[in-house]
Amino acid sequence: MDVEYGPPVRSPLQETADPDHVVVNIGPSHPATHGTVQIIAEIDGESVKRADIHCGYLHRGFEKEAEHHTYHNVIPYTDRLNYCSALNNNFAYAEAVEQLLGVELTPRCIWLRTLLSEYNRIADHVTCVAASVMELGAMTAFLYMMTVRDYIYEHLNHLTGARLTYSYVRIGGLARDLPDGWLERLEEVLQFTERYLERIHGLLDRNRIFVDRMRNVGKMSTAHALNWGYTGPMLRSTGLAMDIRKDNPYLAYGELDFDVPVGINGDNYDRYYVRMCEIDESIAMVRQCVRKLPGGPVSIEDPRVMLPKKELVYNQIESLIHHFKLVIDGIQVPAGEIYVAHESPNGELGFYLISDGGGRPYKLHVRAPSFVHVGGLHTLIEGGQLADIVPTFGSINMIGGECDR
Amino acid sequence: MHDDPIAEALREHVVERGDSFGMLVLRIYPSTLRPVVARLKDEFGFDLFLDVTAIDYPARAPRFDVVYHLLSPRLKRRVRLKLAIGEPDPVVQSLTSLYGAARYMERETHEMYGIRFDGNDDLRPILLYEGFVGHPLRKDYPMEREQPIVPYRDQSGRSTEGT
Repeated sequence: MDVEYGPPVRSPLQETADPDHVVVNIGPSHPATHGTVQIIAEIDGESVKRADIHCGYLHRGFEKEAEHHTYHNVIPYTDRLNYCSALNNNFAYAEAVEQLLGVELTPRCIWLRTLLSEYNRIADHVTCVAASVMELGAMTAFLYMMTVRDYIYEHLNHLTGARLTYSYVRIGGLARDLPDGWLERLEEVLQFTERYLERIHGLLDRNRIFVDRMRNVGKMSTAHALNWGYTGPMLRSTGLAMDIRKDNPYLAYGELDFDVPVGINGDNYDRYYVRMCEIDESIAMVRQCVRKLPGGPVSIEDPRVMLPKKELVYNQIESLIHHFKLVIDGIQVPAGEIYVAHESPNGELGFYLISDGGGRPYKLHVRAPSFVHVGGLHTLIEGGQLADIVPTFGSINMIGGECDR
Repeated sequence: MHDDPIAEALREHVVERGDSFGMLVLRIYPSTLRPVVARLKDEFGFDLFLDVTAIDYPARAPRFDVVYHLLSPRLKRRVRLKLAIGEPDPVVQSLTSLYGAARYMERETHEMYGIRFDGNDDLRPILLYEGFVGHPLRKDYPMEREQPIVPYRDQSGRSTEGT
């Protein structure tokens, strides 16, 4: 094959100007790069002079795949973006399609989606904090938080049938209503989470080793964070209370009472603390949602969008044809374009969807917070210590599936 | 909509103004991209560069639309900028001088669509790899195309096979 290869993705750091500097390669497969990311760092002694970060090892062509699948068939792909909080991805994607279709959701669906978004946010933040403190050696905190996460996963499994990749949303509603006893168990899990979070605070907040590793490490100002596109807990840790749930409320967030926790310093410790406070807020929001959860159906009954009932499919020719058309041709979405942004646990998750009026997206672009955050990561680790790469990388909560799409 | 201060201030640069589910959409000339974004940033506080991507219309005369999303934390508003560029050498101005975040996202659009960003000095592949042939998000890139196998390379980047 006569294809001309360029040089491989080598960092320009490979040859250092200063003979005393050394280039260190971390990853793509390294215990501290949970996910696959490669960090090439030029170090002088122990301090990082320059860093070059490569991602893309988990790239699987999400946007190309989406152009070849019907709107419903894209849902499982969105699960695999941020697999720690798949429901948040599901709902953001579904809302983009629903707004283009112009359908109005049922009240129960809106409140359930809000509840589940916040519930999944708890799991995501817990995972992030657990993974990053584990890398600092805090094994006890890690195991406590993984216990919490597993209780939430098992509980969501009861609802959706999957621990991680839920595919629970449907365009125009949800896959099914809550099973019996789900809300009672929810309260148990929340109380369990609160009890364990107390222990985490006790273990970490004033822990000398933890504070020394986290305070003033990976520090940034608000202007710096905005310049590099940081959103979500990363941006809020610098002191700017920017949250889509407050600024442009979607779902039922406009009717919920919650605060937006912010940090002061914009360092690793603040990012840890903002995430912990957001878990508290999320727990309060889940409880509000349970109290306000209205009755009624979880899905709309628009025949353009929803599959007909199974007994009708088997007994009525119209419903059979209708079912066939929806499965083979997909939902016909009117031509148009829309950008829907949700506050995912990592930051602004945007779906930019363009429809040409057919049954498949003409284009579906994801504004993935992880990808943007990794793009600015080198500015946080340059000038620091080599060992500080690990907590800083942990605190940005890079999720490979979302970053590399 | 008609007295929108942003659209009014940029009137002479705007080819077409629209509204997409509450978001202001401005179609601008490719040559004025950087000054328009600089004004948006300075006058209206569009400090957050959210996203850049492209859309491929193989049948249309300027083949690509490059789409930007910006957010103003002060106004709590988003704006979408669109500009059309054509083949054979699609090139637009880079926004890396205004936003650090543009660096990575322009790299992605560059490899996926083959659109060059003039002023971005780092357009290495980011999600793909060196040696990938073609631009996968273009409509004429078939789903089932297979890529050539990249041979093992040594430290300096030279192939270690077949010699």
